[in-house]
Amino acid sequence: MFDLLGISPQVLMGQLLLGLINGSFYAVLSLGLAVIFGLLNIINFAHGALYMMGAFVAWMLLSYLGVGYWWALILSPLIVGVFGIVLERTMLSRLYKLDHLYGLLLTFGLALIIQGLFRNYYGISGLPYQIPEALSGGQNLGFMFLPNYRAWVVAASAVVCFGTWFMIEKTRLGAYLRAATENPVLVGAFGINVPLMIMLTYGFGVALAGFAGVLAAPIYSVNPNMGADLIIVVFAVVVIGGMGSIMGAILTGYVLGLVEGLTRVFYPEGSAVVIFVIMAIVLLIKPEGLFGKAA
Amino acid sequence: MTEAARTEPLLRVRGLEGWYGESHVLHGIDFDVHEGEVVTLLGRNGAGKTSTLLGIMGILPRRAGSVTFEGVETIGMQPRQIARQGIAICPEERGIFSSLSVEENLMLPPRIKDGGLSVERIYDLFPNLRERRRSQGTKLSGGEQQMLAIARILRTGSRLLLLDEPTEGLAPVIVQQIGHTIGALKSEGFTIVLVEQNFRFAASVADRHHVVEQGRVIDVIPNAELDANMDKLHGYLGV
Ligand SMILES: Nc1ncnc2c1ncn2[C@@H]1O[C@H](COP(=O)(O)OP(=O)(O)O)[C@@H](O)[C@H]1O
Ligand SMILES: [Mg+2]
Repeated sequence: MFDLLGISPQVLMGQLLLGLINGSFYAVLSLGLAVIFGLLNIINFAHGALYMMGAFVAWMLLSYLGVGYWWALILSPLIVGVFGIVLERTMLSRLYKLDHLYGLLLTFGLALIIQGLFRNYYGISGLPYQIPEALSGGQNLGFMFLPNYRAWVVAASAVVCFGTWFMIEKTRLGAYLRAATENPVLVGAFGINVPLMIMLTYGFGVALAGFAGVLAAPIYSVNPNMGADLIIVVFAVVVIGGMGSIMGAILTGYVLGLVEGLTRVFYPEGSAVVIFVIMAIVLLIKPEGLFGKAA
Repeated sequence: MTEAARTEPLLRVRGLEGWYGESHVLHGIDFDVHEGEVVTLLGRNGAGKTSTLLGIMGILPRRAGSVTFEGVETIGMQPRQIARQGIAICPEERGIFSSLSVEENLMLPPRIKDGGLSVERIYDLFPNLRERRRSQGTKLSGGEQQMLAIARILRTGSRLLLLDEPTEGLAPVIVQQIGHTIGALKSEGFTIVLVEQNFRFAASVADRHHVVEQGRVIDVIPNAELDANMDKLHGYLGV
């Protein structure tokens, strides 16, 4: 069947895997954006820079302190999360009463500063990060070769997405979060510390970006621009999915990664723009996004 | 001196002023509520009843004056600190969360103190809620949402409940049910400040009525003297 179209199954499966990998990053990043937007009403333009920071922190832990990948997978999101909390306490928390635009401008400025600092110290050529020993090599599945590290990225991001979804939709803590997203004043009047929740939510959202950054480090070279390139696509993903839904952000991320992969097989020229074309169509037909609630 | 005046009031409101931005809506509200009492705030639309409850809860954007609860001054506190003293609100718009199930709505307000009702007791008071506990909160009927909004603050151990027009827009049979509930809560020892437009309902549950007009309490009528004051009250409320 594939041969009829002149496409080998190896090529198709290879591109689908690549799409799934990209989709994994889109999902984790757009999930973080959706969580942050829900509670803080801030479009976190610094998300890409914090993703890049996650990769850099992993690289620094290894190069300066000899701390390896597995520890970095925990430490780097923690460090990025704490950095995010400092940003939230010192700057973002002053903007909650203002229009979305202010949060967007501030986080955009922060992204430029963070990226600029890393570019200044580390240049733009990119730094290598080795795939951890335990995940080198791969499996021959018969129809394709599956590198272990790529399988790990898909699995790890799926677990993190599911865990986050579960925490928000199925637990007591998540109920606080959903309620505070709807009506923070009333939740505060019940005796719940909403400012603390907001601070931790921002920390958690950017820690997700940091986590994605560590996952990315061995695949893409660690580069100050790695976040800026990715975040534009992730914003398109978020627009398509709609800001309103956690599950929507996750599913849209994976599906669009796969769509991009398929486009690379059937119409390679379109693969760089397909997500933006879909975004334009969604904006015309359902401006609140596929999973968004009409304003 | 009456019995009530001799003991320290549970809630004491003095010269409470409130603003929404530039607009000054409370101009010195004064009233007391003693432990175990049910009192009402009556008044026309826009008189400042809701704002008074929001002022007590600390939600009003800006307030001044004095609000003491169990002798503790709360005027400088954040809403969450005031809640933690043991005051809970059932807001006029009910505030049922659509992204939470009925049970999640019920379990949302954290326990502040011992002595709140158990979930079983609450489901006995409101059997509809037990049946529909898995439904989305806002899928309930208006009456059920109102019951949920009252039910969820009973778990917390708060002893002072601020209920803002719990009968608004509800069918007579449901109004009656809410009346029974308020009676049951009173006999459990809850202290209640009730905002009402429906003063026949108010008369059936309350010990005392405070008439609010233009951000002040302009008259206080004990429930026993309500009949004697009917003409005056009709004048205040414009009915
Ligand atoms: N959010 C608000 N912003 C500005 N003014 C308000 C707001 N809410 C109420 N008001 C004004 O405050 C006054 C008192 O309102 P309110 O306390 O809601 O009265 P009541 O509950 O007795 O009907 C009214 O004049 C009303 O227009
Ligand atoms: Mg009102």
